[in-house]
Amino acid sequence: MDPRLDQRTGDAVTLTQAPVHIETVDLAVSTVRELNQALHATDDGTSWVVDTPAGQHNIAVGIDRDLDLVVNGHVGYYFAGMHQKGRVTVHGSAGVGLAENIMSGTVHVTGDASQAAAATGQGGLVIIDGNTGARCGISMKGVDIVVGGDIGHASAFMAQAGRLVVCGDAGEGLGDSIYEARIYVKGTVASLGADCVEKPLRPEHLAELAELLTLAGRTDAPTDFRRYGSARTLYHFAAVNAAAY
Amino acid sequence: MTNSYASRGLRESATFDRATINDIQRAATTGIYDIRGWGAKRALPHFDDLLFLGASVSRYPLEGYREKCGTDVTLGGRHALKPITLDIPITIAGMSFGALSANAKEALGRGATEAGTSTTTGDGGMTPEERGQSRHLVYQYLPSRYGMNPDDLRKADAIEIVLGQGAKPGGGGMLLGQKITERVAGMRTLPVGIDQRSACRHPDWTGPDDLAIKIAELREITDWHTPIYVKVGASRPYYDTALAVKSGADVVVLDGMQGGTAATQQVFIENVGIPILAAIGPAVAALQELGVHRQVQLIVSGGIRNGADVAKAIALGADAVSIGTAALIALGDNDPRYQAEYEALGSSAGFYDDFQDGKDPAGISTQDPILAARLDPIAGGKRIANYLRVLTLEAQTIARACGKSHLHHLEPEDLVALTVEAAAMAGVPLAGTSWIPGR
Amino acid sequence: MCGIAALQIRDVGLRASLGELMHGMLCGIVDRGPDSAGLAIYNDPTLTPAGTSTVTVLNAELTPDALAAALRDALPPAVGVTVTVTGFGETTLINAQIGTGALEDAITSILPGVQIAGRGEHAAVRKGTGHPLDLAELYDLRSATGSQGLSHTRMATESAVTAAGSHPFTVADDLCLVHNGSFSNHATIRRQLRAEGVTCDSENDSEVAARFIAWCLAAGDTLTTALEKLGSVFDGFYTLVVTTATSMAIVRDPIACKPAIIAETDAWVAMASEYRALAHLPGIESARIFEPAPGVVYTWTLDSTKELVTL
Repeated sequence: MDPRLDQRTGDAVTLTQAPVHIETVDLAVSTVRELNQALHATDDGTSWVVDTPAGQHNIAVGIDRDLDLVVNGHVGYYFAGMHQKGRVTVHGSAGVGLAENIMSGTVHVTGDASQAAAATGQGGLVIIDGNTGARCGISMKGVDIVVGGDIGHASAFMAQAGRLVVCGDAGEGLGDSIYEARIYVKGTVASLGADCVEKPLRPEHLAELAELLTLAGRTDAPTDFRRYGSARTLYHFAAVNAAAY
Repeated sequence: MTNSYASRGLRESATFDRATINDIQRAATTGIYDIRGWGAKRALPHFDDLLFLGASVSRYPLEGYREKCGTDVTLGGRHALKPITLDIPITIAGMSFGALSANAKEALGRGATEAGTSTTTGDGGMTPEERGQSRHLVYQYLPSRYGMNPDDLRKADAIEIVLGQGAKPGGGGMLLGQKITERVAGMRTLPVGIDQRSACRHPDWTGPDDLAIKIAELREITDWHTPIYVKVGASRPYYDTALAVKSGADVVVLDGMQGGTAATQQVFIENVGIPILAAIGPAVAALQELGVHRQVQLIVSGGIRNGADVAKAIALGADAVSIGTAALIALGDNDPRYQAEYEALGSSAGFYDDFQDGKDPAGISTQDPILAARLDPIAGGKRIANYLRVLTLEAQTIARACGKSHLHHLEPEDLVALTVEAAAMAGVPLAGTSWIPGR
Repeated sequence: MCGIAALQIRDVGLRASLGELMHGMLCGIVDRGPDSAGLAIYNDPTLTPAGTSTVTVLNAELTPDALAAALRDALPPAVGVTVTVTGFGETTLINAQIGTGALEDAITSILPGVQIAGRGEHAAVRKGTGHPLDLAELYDLRSATGSQGLSHTRMATESAVTAAGSHPFTVADDLCLVHNGSFSNHATIRRQLRAEGVTCDSENDSEVAARFIAWCLAAGDTLTTALEKLGSVFDGFYTLVVTTATSMAIVRDPIACKPAIIAETDAWVAMASEYRALAHLPGIESARIFEPAPGVVYTWTLDSTKELVTL
């Protein structure tokens, strides 16, 4: 999202308002510690640009402000970990654990994300335009994830709540031991994990899918997707299921 | 009892004793392994096999009640800007709200605070009752991340990254449906009443190289204020301690196989891991080799019952101990006054270990509101504080007798072992000799 | 537990920059393993001159000059063999115009029991304890040239922080292995290999993998097949990179928790534990970048054909 636009209406900021000041941090000069400290101390409504991230880890973790942040380049592990409130965009790719345990707000990566993207996320929206590695949405607890490309194996393992939308293909073992999260895949699924089954795509699902695709700025047709979720056969221990535990 | 059988000429098999026969029959009937709470129940080499060498002529004791014997401990000073200082080196171990009732959690917080020490959350998040009543609260960071929340993370006085626990090193968690009430399920984002499984590995990192990055993330989120502990179940304590230090931990928490659990397979509890007696020495050796002994603190747990255990653990090189099962007993777990109810559950006071069932007559390991109401958190807190005071006074008594002005001045040379096994495991001489087996 | 960075250069014009590029890659994996490191450089004309064998020994008890003199005496006095011995800290590199086996025999006759950490006609292996970037200076990594290279930074898990425990493990001519992760049944496989007559130098888990692959290759397997067999025999978590005189192979275990990222252009193929180790490579913006799929063996040879086989 363009930080120069009004965040609520999406309109251009009118001339009667003061121009938005954009704080620029070059991580070739400043440290990740300095950036994070500044992001933790800043006010709501601020705008930030980060240059030269060079794949460093733990950039922009623990944000708890209604701010806008744009990163130009690739980021390492745990980018925007435990994110709250703000809108964050990476023009590049992200390493392991992108937006892990995100609570709210939006994290958008224009490239690929590595393993465990949005792992254990409790809320908010994570958009990845490219592909993700393994374990995308592992143990997700309410986050919404939209992936433009493919996702790796063991994605949505033990996914508890939230929606995972995949516009490409899904790897082996999708949704193994899934609880109440909902998965939508447009492409092929290499295999479903234990207790994950295809489910009918009813009108309410098409509606929520359309909404998520729109939020992610995508034009895919909701009707091209299939829905997967829990068969709920592993919710209670039973000897007959011993092989699946 | 046994004698009456013997007098009739009946002989019980040592290999297939009655408990074993019952286990086999139970397995054949149900087709699924036995799950229970508590820790290892088998006899294990323990602190009982160590004795202190009190002062006489060659060394001078300190006068009890008058001459100072310090008990404070500071945890987390290696990297954290706000280390924790506790009045006593005995902390309350992590036990989840979910496994325990809210009243029990509150009582633990109250008791710990009154005694000047810390308590710890568990797999399931931080409750307001617990945070409110705990002056020093350690927030566990577990594979499941149930209820993991950056707001609570920032409220924590320390963060404990849990890799394992003594009852089940290498295993995940488990909470059966009876305890997944609406509140517990809500905190964990789970359907009410399901049998909840927790993963054994963290979802977004594996191995010490990635742990180092994870620790750095938690430090960044908390602006480097908060001490970071790494908890492991005792199995390969030398390597696990060394790698926790290399990964950047401020504190290593080492839980021996006697450490308790809310619900784990019995076969796991009784057969995986090593006793705490055997685990402390290798962990301390790792800290010493890395030059960080007493800079990176070592907290040990698993079978701490009295002040002698506290003193022995510290003499072997620990900085503090943690109590779990003992704290529950202090709160009223297995209290004989509930004997009739324990019998009705097929158990008996002193034997009850079905913490997973949620039917605890003492109102501790339950989410049943009627049972939970039996535990008054204020009275329970007093009992915990009393017990912690006794542990501390007992440990001080022993330390003074050994001529120590602080519990941390106890050393392995103050100890001897009663058995060859304990001597070898603890690395102290067999009593009356200078022989340490294996050295 | 460690960092890995590997580079195979197809564009002959870029091979003069191998060391410079590898140095940049090493900088990106230092944090993952700060206690020791190692390098293998293939086809650097200074380190492995054409027509010579190169053997690496660790912690030699003789100075390079003394060792060279002793070797000249020990080698058969035929056809004027040139012997070059260069010290790099704990590593000593020995070149001679004879076969690897004969050179190894001569070395062990002078230094009985010495740890041999590298051997071959194309690969120069150097490794040691200390900060990886200090070691890179000691080895003058930036000046290296050649066709491919492998680097590893180590955070030791269950074996000692020593030069011998550092990666790569080179247990057959020009065969180098680096590992990130931890095997959980290597003791049994070590016993099985010993029963087959294979000698192991250490209790290190990664060495067992190197021995296993060398054993498979000696029995006639391709590198791909050997790694497939490894996948069916070894338990544990691993990202492995294995290089030979002409090939580079990458495989992750079927669960694939340990990180790996591959980038490929017409000019080169590179692999690292993290993207940051690849960020400086020329043409990275347009490279095909992907994470290796679990349990799949990826192999590249210098004629740039790629095999892809699922376990």
